[in-house]
Amino acid sequence: MKIRLKNKIIGGTVTAASALSVILILGIIVIMLVVTFIGGKDTLTWKFLTTFPEEGMMKGGIFPAIYGTALLVIIMSIAAVPFGTITAIYLTEYAHEKSWIAQTIRFAVRTLATVPSIIFGLFGLGFFIKFVGAGMDNWFLGGHLKWAQPNLLWGSLTMALLTLPVVIVSVEEAIRTVPRELREASLALGATKWQTIKRVVLPGSVSGIMTGTILAVGRGAGEVAPILFTGAAYYLATLPTSVSDQFMNLGYHIYVMSTQSANVDQAMPIQFATTLVLLMLTFSLNLTAVLIRSRLRRRMK
Amino acid sequence: MNSNQATPGLSFTAESLRKKFRFSEFFAEKLITSVAFLSIALIILIFFFVFRESLPAFKHRPKATTEQQKITDGNKPESYGSSGTEAGSPKPETHYGTGASAGENKPETYTGSEPAAANKPESYGLVKDTSISADEVNQDESLRPSSGQESEGTLSSLFSNEWFPVSDNPRYGLIPLFVGTLKVTLIAMLFAAPIAIFAALFSSSFAPAWLREWIKPAIELLAGFPSVVIGFFALMVMATFLQNLFGYETRLNSFVGGIAMALAAIPVIFTITEDALTAIPASYKEASLALGASKWQTAVFVTLPAATPGIFAAVLLGVGRVFGETMIALMATGNAALSGLNPFESVRTLAATIGAEMAEVVFGDMHYGVLFLIGSMLFIFNFSINAVAEFYVKGKLVKKIQGK
Amino acid sequence: MKEAKIITRDLTLHYGQKMALNSISMQIPEKEVTAFIGPSGCGKSTFLRSLNRMNDLIPSVKITGEILIDGLNIYQKKIDVVNLRKKIGMVFQKSNPFAKSIFENVAYGPRINGINNLKILTEIVERSLKNAAIWDEVKDRLHDSALGLSGGQQQRLCIARTLAVEPEIILMDEPASALDPISTGKIEELIFELKKSYTIVIVTHNMQQAARVSDYTAFFYLGELIEFGKTRKIFTAPDVKHTEEYITGRFG
Repeated sequence: MKIRLKNKIIGGTVTAASALSVILILGIIVIMLVVTFIGGKDTLTWKFLTTFPEEGMMKGGIFPAIYGTALLVIIMSIAAVPFGTITAIYLTEYAHEKSWIAQTIRFAVRTLATVPSIIFGLFGLGFFIKFVGAGMDNWFLGGHLKWAQPNLLWGSLTMALLTLPVVIVSVEEAIRTVPRELREASLALGATKWQTIKRVVLPGSVSGIMTGTILAVGRGAGEVAPILFTGAAYYLATLPTSVSDQFMNLGYHIYVMSTQSANVDQAMPIQFATTLVLLMLTFSLNLTAVLIRSRLRRRMK
Repeated sequence: MNSNQATPGLSFTAESLRKKFRFSEFFAEKLITSVAFLSIALIILIFFFVFRESLPAFKHRPKATTEQQKITDGNKPESYGSSGTEAGSPKPETHYGTGASAGENKPETYTGSEPAAANKPESYGLVKDTSISADEVNQDESLRPSSGQESEGTLSSLFSNEWFPVSDNPRYGLIPLFVGTLKVTLIAMLFAAPIAIFAALFSSSFAPAWLREWIKPAIELLAGFPSVVIGFFALMVMATFLQNLFGYETRLNSFVGGIAMALAAIPVIFTITEDALTAIPASYKEASLALGASKWQTAVFVTLPAATPGIFAAVLLGVGRVFGETMIALMATGNAALSGLNPFESVRTLAATIGAEMAEVVFGDMHYGVLFLIGSMLFIFNFSINAVAEFYVKGKLVKKIQGK
Repeated sequence: MKEAKIITRDLTLHYGQKMALNSISMQIPEKEVTAFIGPSGCGKSTFLRSLNRMNDLIPSVKITGEILIDGLNIYQKKIDVVNLRKKIGMVFQKSNPFAKSIFENVAYGPRINGINNLKILTEIVERSLKNAAIWDEVKDRLHDSALGLSGGQQQRLCIARTLAVEPEIILMDEPASALDPISTGKIEELIFELKKSYTIVIVTHNMQQAARVSDYTAFFYLGELIEFGKTRKIFTAPDVKHTEEYITGRFG
């Protein structure tokens, strides 16, 4: 009897501890959401979203930060999605599954996925700005300094490297859901491999490409470390007009504002509101992607 | 019926079925293959360029400080980090980085508000512990060397205990940075690992199927929080809350930073552990239950041990995540390069150092090189963790399933 | 017997180390229905797929021997497999229409061959659907998704899709095994019509179907061709004892 009681107590503790852990995690998520919401909801007006900051960020809106973030993710997606999709196509359609090439590429993708985001920033600096940019300045502009500095282009490309693995994984998952029988049917009709990919496989993987893009955009909108010194700026008087301009960014704005502001009390509502905007943005993006993905998985069952 | 309209001219003859070269097919294949190699090329490029830019750290270059600067810097408490040097000292070298953009308002305008910033209880980038500044002033005066001799010392200073890269006598001691990173990582793991593993245990072994469908994505939502948001939350809310709770002196320290980092690590550890636990074949669990073990006994004594390689990998990857995390460190750890063992002291992590100082560094000089050197080390560390997690764990898993 | 459309000589196939087909030699007559029968795993599907070189898709496969179609060895080095497959159609065990409209499914083949003129495509689609005996059922919903059709209809759609590229040979791998009796009957009727214009080879595990539908039958067992002959003979007075035992159900 004693042993059974002891077992019950231990069992109960274990079960309780694990349940509590889940509750704890979920609780913290909820707290973060609620606190951010409470702190920012009053300041979050349409005007806030569409006007420029004033008086040293103490007043006004964050439109340029939203605009800059939007430009960043757009250019990033243009770079990352095609490359990621093509890599996924190679891995699923052209490479032999166990070949060392496929294994190496997969290992490289997994490594890319775990590189700390600040390293991408360093790479962006050392490669894009100081190598490619300097090269461009020397070759095309005769040494005039234009491209060898932080700007929207380099920031976006740096971010694209960070989100490349996300795209690859999502697209690969979607391509694999296209049944082998469809490929066989196409080939049996006398289609070539590329025709089959173009007409059967890719149309069937569109949802995966969408999911991958949305997830990448969600990541790209929220990461700050890669753009700390590859293009983000805290205050710019005008919106960027070309890719060689610097840009403002929601995440960077939050970081600088909350660590550098002179007047804490006045800036706090704006900080919270900006954080709320960023949070809502990444949240809805991730949610959309998850919904598309689960609908895809359910359709497969 | 066989008008042969669809495939004109094709019949079973050698000429009509001769092997055709299809250019678009060939081109598509070559293009796709080359793009796929990009990911391998990227890793190699990252290795190469990050290392390349750290070379200046190994070059002996005389420090280009002017007498003028020495005088103005003379009595200031030794400071490191970005905001320290701008306020007032004319920098003779050219910056690159966000500060260099011509025309636009310099992003450093925010540092102009430094006098007001002193009012803030905890300001990022400035020295907090007054005890330090007193020491530094002493050190500074006693160690004012002549220019030209510092350079030899800077490389060896990598192993010293002082990180003062921006001063008359720059010292690039990495030890405080390492200590800071380790402290934060340790605290983060102490919190994140048990919570995440227990939660994964619940989700895979105790929760009914319908609940599991909700828990997993819900916790993965946490992964969707940008780290700058977690850092913001830590800085604004958690720091004060924890300080009131525990009553320690410095508001931003490795403890706060560690807990915030744990929030970032939990989804990583949870997801991988959960996958590992659910990958255990149902037959293991059924065998245990059939012998009369209860659910929790099965979970703790059968499933959990069987999933050990996966859990090990999960924790390892969690460590990797925290070790290189920048934004949370920048916002919640206090940013003072101290190397004490007290968890309630401010610290500076390796990644945060790069993030804070790179924008204000001169391209190509020693400081720049050392920051890249730190980056190289972080990269190698993460790469190794990844490799270990993958090969060792896969090896162990394969052996286990094969019954060795 | 009519002219032999397909002649195989000592066709041997290995999956890695395992031999799946052992020296198969047979002659398949033109514009007749030839059935392959035999127990599961005996190699009949594998052999069928060798006829249009679909086994090339499997990396570990090694093939020796010859398959001559109209006298041309299709396993020569210089053969363009893509064009070869345009002359040999294949219908699979489980119907596999593309996730496109009915029209686009049938038009897929012609489009690949460069035909994009809508009027010509419409003609081809209508003709193919009629020849597959499904036109009346779908003529009003050509642009609906093909996945909305029933199993039997989908299979006939797949046949129409194959007909649209105007092959000379049609290979069918257990085309009715996943279908109900009525749909199966429709497919069998269709085969009867089609053999007037196409050489048909059909794999089936249903002996009665083979007896109903085919003119010639080949009995496979463990990768070997045991007997080949006119269907009536095989099912009433086969030469080889093993064949008789299979036919009479001694083993399955």
